[in-house]
Amino acid sequence: MSLTTVRIPTQLRTLTGGAGSVEVEGATVGEALKQLDAAHPGLADRLFDDDGALRRFVNVFLADEDVRFLDGLATPVTPGQTLSIVPAVAGG
Amino acid sequence: MVDFVTGLRCRECARPFPAEALHVCDYCFGPLEVAYDYERISAHITRERIAQGPRSIWRYRDLLPVDDETPVDLGAGFTPLVRADRLAAELGLGELWIKDDTANPTGSFKDRVVSVALTKARQLGFKVAACASTGNLANSVAAHAARAGLESVVLIPHDLEAAKVTMTTIYGGTVIAVEGTYDDVNRLCAELTSERPSWAFVNVNVRTYYAEGSKTLAFEIAEQLGWEAPDHVVVPIGSGSQLTKVAKGFRELGTVGLLNEIPEVRISGAQAEGCAPVATAFAEGTDAIRPVKPNTIAKSLAIGNPADGWYALDTIRKSGGSCASVTDAEVVDAIGLLARTEGIFAETAGGVTIATLAKLAASGVIRPDERVVALVTGHGLKTVEAITGAGRGQPTATIAPTLDAFDAAFQIHEESIR
Repeated sequence: MSLTTVRIPTQLRTLTGGAGSVEVEGATVGEALKQLDAAHPGLADRLFDDDGALRRFVNVFLADEDVRFLDGLATPVTPGQTLSIVPAVAGG
Repeated sequence: MVDFVTGLRCRECARPFPAEALHVCDYCFGPLEVAYDYERISAHITRERIAQGPRSIWRYRDLLPVDDETPVDLGAGFTPLVRADRLAAELGLGELWIKDDTANPTGSFKDRVVSVALTKARQLGFKVAACASTGNLANSVAAHAARAGLESVVLIPHDLEAAKVTMTTIYGGTVIAVEGTYDDVNRLCAELTSERPSWAFVNVNVRTYYAEGSKTLAFEIAEQLGWEAPDHVVVPIGSGSQLTKVAKGFRELGTVGLLNEIPEVRISGAQAEGCAPVATAFAEGTDAIRPVKPNTIAKSLAIGNPADGWYALDTIRKSGGSCASVTDAEVVDAIGLLARTEGIFAETAGGVTIATLAKLAASGVIRPDERVVALVTGHGLKTVEAITGAGRGQPTATIAPTLDAFDAAFQIHEESIR
């Protein structure tokens, strides 16, 4: 399986040792984010609510498209695509 | 420099943060909100003290998140509150007022928030002012940055109205047009904030302070009504920030004793049908705001994934207000209606507000016995394409410079209006 790059916002870099991007494996957005938590424990807690859904103010973009417009966490990830975790609170 | 800020606090999980350039909670990504020492403000602030202040938003400095003897200021705020009897008669309303924010230095309410944001940014030591903008904010950031001697970097969607683009460029900053929607620009800026931490993105990393500037709309409305609150306010919704801050402003006036009690103001939201995620959630009675891909002439409100949408919805519901959306054709009609009844030329967002006002008045949600204020937040010269694109805005006649030609043309016109 090929690697997916996940871009990490400032707010979460304390959990990635300061890294702004991390390489993970995973066939879907959800799997990739779980792998991210396996590599950097604590991240899942920040991204998901108690029901396992993305928190209200967490946006995840796959190749610059909001995964909420795609298939959410079940969206397939194809090789070479970049996932971006971005705080929702901006703009306007 | 004495402000009354005690710190920042997450609106979701209430974790406290210092009053720095932070906008989201480290833990849950919830938005941060400025916390004030209202007891100290109450002991300090008076109507008289405010009356002696400048005729700008800075007369309310005690309730703003930054204090500075020489703020970054072009004179934002204290815009006219105009009694709109002719428009009220057309809509079957009683006491109607227009808050005319077209009169701000760069022609929109954004001067309020930018003046606050860049004053704070300068105090925090930032040298570059940046933003993601649908145009009005771009104008205001570029102008205020020029005034303050800061560099500016403004990012906009590539398909904005010509006047907004031209106006932004004239102040000498960097203007980057992005091939995408405002939501794309916004995401890019949210990512850039992580990569360029020395830049003050007014509506990203300085957003907590920036948003507070919109409270001044409520402060001014109350002061201009002789320190009374209106019954109902109609506010356009882009990100939803302005609407929530107008509500906060009225609440604070009661909290610090400028009004005798916390007033009950109904707040209604206005959206364009082509970008109505909040109005849709309101109509469906849900809490979930589904992002949309915007398609409307009201580009200044074309935010498909509104950051404060959920809070705006909550504010509307708790206040007993409503939320509606209107078509682009209704927006153009409403711009004309406001102009020909009250002499105020609004941009498309103002058309959205007036069309929604008309709609809610017709359906009885806004009542003739209410004192109503509608926010007209930007100047019509910024969005002339909306008028010309609808086949309007042409001279009544084009004639040779002769009396006969005038008489002929005017007679045709007289017959057409008879």
